[in-house]
Amino acid sequence: MSEHMTGAQSLIKSLEAAGAENIFGIPGGAILPAYDPLMDSSIRHILVRHEQGAGHAAQGYASATGKVGVCMATSGPGATNLVTPIADSHMDSVPLVAITGQVGAASIGTDAFQEADIRGITMPITKHNFLVTDPADIPRTVAEAFYIASTGRPGPVLVDVAKSALQSMTTYDWPTELHLPGYRPVTRPHAKQIREAARLILESRRPVLYVGGGTIRSGASKELRQLAELTGMPVVTTLMARGAFPDSHPQHLGMPGMHGTVAAVAGLQRSDLIISLGARFDDRVTGNLDSFAPGAKVIHADIDPAEIGKNRHADVPIVGDVREVIGDLVIALQAEADAGTTGDYEGWVEFLSGVKRTYPLGYDEPTDGGLSPQYVIERLGAIAGEDAIYTSGVGQHQMWAAQFVKYEKPRTWINSGGLGTMGFAVPGAMGAKVGCPDTTVWAIDGDGCFQMTNQELATCAINDIPIKVAIINNESLGMVRQWQTLFYNERYSNTDLHSKRIPDFVKLAEAYGCVGLACDSPSDVDATITKAMEINDVPVVVDFRVHRDAMVWPMVAAGTSNDEIKYARDLAPQFEEDDL
Amino acid sequence: MAATHTLSVLVENKPGVLARIAGLFSRRGFNIDSLAVGPTEHAEISRMTIVVNVDESPLEQVTKQLNKLVEVIKIVELDPDASVNRELVLVKVAATAETRGQVLDTVQLFRAKVIDVASDAVTIQLVGNSAKIGDFLRVLEPFGVRELVQSGQVAIGRGSRSISERSLRPVVVPAPPAAG
Repeated sequence: MSEHMTGAQSLIKSLEAAGAENIFGIPGGAILPAYDPLMDSSIRHILVRHEQGAGHAAQGYASATGKVGVCMATSGPGATNLVTPIADSHMDSVPLVAITGQVGAASIGTDAFQEADIRGITMPITKHNFLVTDPADIPRTVAEAFYIASTGRPGPVLVDVAKSALQSMTTYDWPTELHLPGYRPVTRPHAKQIREAARLILESRRPVLYVGGGTIRSGASKELRQLAELTGMPVVTTLMARGAFPDSHPQHLGMPGMHGTVAAVAGLQRSDLIISLGARFDDRVTGNLDSFAPGAKVIHADIDPAEIGKNRHADVPIVGDVREVIGDLVIALQAEADAGTTGDYEGWVEFLSGVKRTYPLGYDEPTDGGLSPQYVIERLGAIAGEDAIYTSGVGQHQMWAAQFVKYEKPRTWINSGGLGTMGFAVPGAMGAKVGCPDTTVWAIDGDGCFQMTNQELATCAINDIPIKVAIINNESLGMVRQWQTLFYNERYSNTDLHSKRIPDFVKLAEAYGCVGLACDSPSDVDATITKAMEINDVPVVVDFRVHRDAMVWPMVAAGTSNDEIKYARDLAPQFEEDDL
Repeated sequence: MAATHTLSVLVENKPGVLARIAGLFSRRGFNIDSLAVGPTEHAEISRMTIVVNVDESPLEQVTKQLNKLVEVIKIVELDPDASVNRELVLVKVAATAETRGQVLDTVQLFRAKVIDVASDAVTIQLVGNSAKIGDFLRVLEPFGVRELVQSGQVAIGRGSRSISERSLRPVVVPAPPAAG
């Protein structure tokens, strides 16, 4: 079925064919031809205020729905403004397709107006990218881009289209098959590796299920719960995997890593078998690698073979989709259980339960009656509940949001983990809300992060995307300040933002057509959150004016061993190997 | 222990592939000793021969990362005992009336070839493995090497097996259905 049309029409028709329902973007010279047929398309285009916002919104959309997120920008600065969200998607395996306009094919390489080699620039931060100069290539390229972005280990794909290709006449021909001889993701795990993994699991005495973001991307929460409950093994969920396993579940030890719970850190550190499911032994989880979990064998399951053995040797490598891996493990271990063979983890579970009881997550209330950020976030999670979606920026508020909101379901916690992009929360929430319009979406943001991307409040207000924003305003770059407190003798170089004075967040919210609320007293927290929950026609911004000296605990200082975890400042947890 | 490894990499013959591969090596901190790229018996496939000097485990990591590139079809590490490798060198050597005879003797000895002659110099072509080329250049050095250009190494496995045959079977992926 070939149809004659312009390259621009072919591009929009291809995006429709690929299943795109929403695009976040901004037009400009080189992409302009594509915006004309977009007016008549079934695709909803949301005009953002900055291309970075378009990219993060597409990420939020993708992470909330599991579909491919799409963003669009013009050449040069439009495209380079997408670099941060593309890099972010690359680190956190977000299925993203970025469409950029490029200068006309004849002008490429001449330093033409708004020319940037965005394909060259994004080579190291995309799963794959394309430059299209022949309009006949548009449908096949779009089909390949969506296929590559969403299969295997998901990731960002950039399609750069020359303006001349958009303007030329061409034939639209949606491909019936794709030829990608070098792209063959393995999803089915090897049966021998599954048997070997099951054997190690049954032999071990101190196993831990180390659950990473891949578990959420592959939609394996149900299978994970089966595996955990079948075996009784303790579970830790990384920052990217919060929500993959219910926080209320007794086998859940919480989040591991630099700001993880003592139980989760100790669980990994003292285990004799780590079963890694879609995780990548990131430095924020392992601390100093040489002293990480010294007595543990490792079963490492990941869809990306390059992650296996990258940071930590894998005794049993399993390449495959985590959902299929877990499903196969459940079958193998169920068969063993039916035959009367189960693991013996009783002493281990008891030990970890003790650690969990002794060292729960907690925080000190400020003595001056001020507002503690952890309390705000805890109450927000309790009132908005397990069905809401929470996004965050990066820093202290992100860690507290990961710690004190209780996640029960996958895809309810969306943040920037690997790249650590400040400013992710507001546009990320916008995208999540577009993907899940009937769900309450809270952006838990810092006052520093918020000021990096808050212009998207205009986009939200105008396009009927009523997100809610909780600014945890400690008038500082809080995490940096925490490090200055701990490691730089309380010399606070350039971390004071004065955000309780400038800007006035309530007025700023109102200026953007949102409702602005403020709260600085513990006694008003519940009422303020409840009030924000009741406003569903426009975005709401709440300025929670919290005290600035709160710190994120527990903490493993960067580069040190997980054994050096501090429960609070100068307070190391006490547990002996004899307790096992 | 770092050692020299020869990788044969089959790639789709598309613009930008070389940049992707070179970028990946530099990004992951690997130095490429030599790189040669050219067409193969199949028009749509190019073959790169990459010589790197690294430890076994980082080599495995870089191979896995290379395999993730969509346009990389296949990577084979060639066993030095079961493969042959060749480089090409063109060298312009000073050759006066007195020394020309000796230079030509060296050419004979190494089964090299004179490809251009001037009144005070000759240009010589030699094909061989890197050891032979090294020896040849050492012998020529005293005469005065005026200019030298050398290709990257190309290599191929011994015997009748082909690394490209199997990988050429098309893998057809069903396109996502056209929505709507």
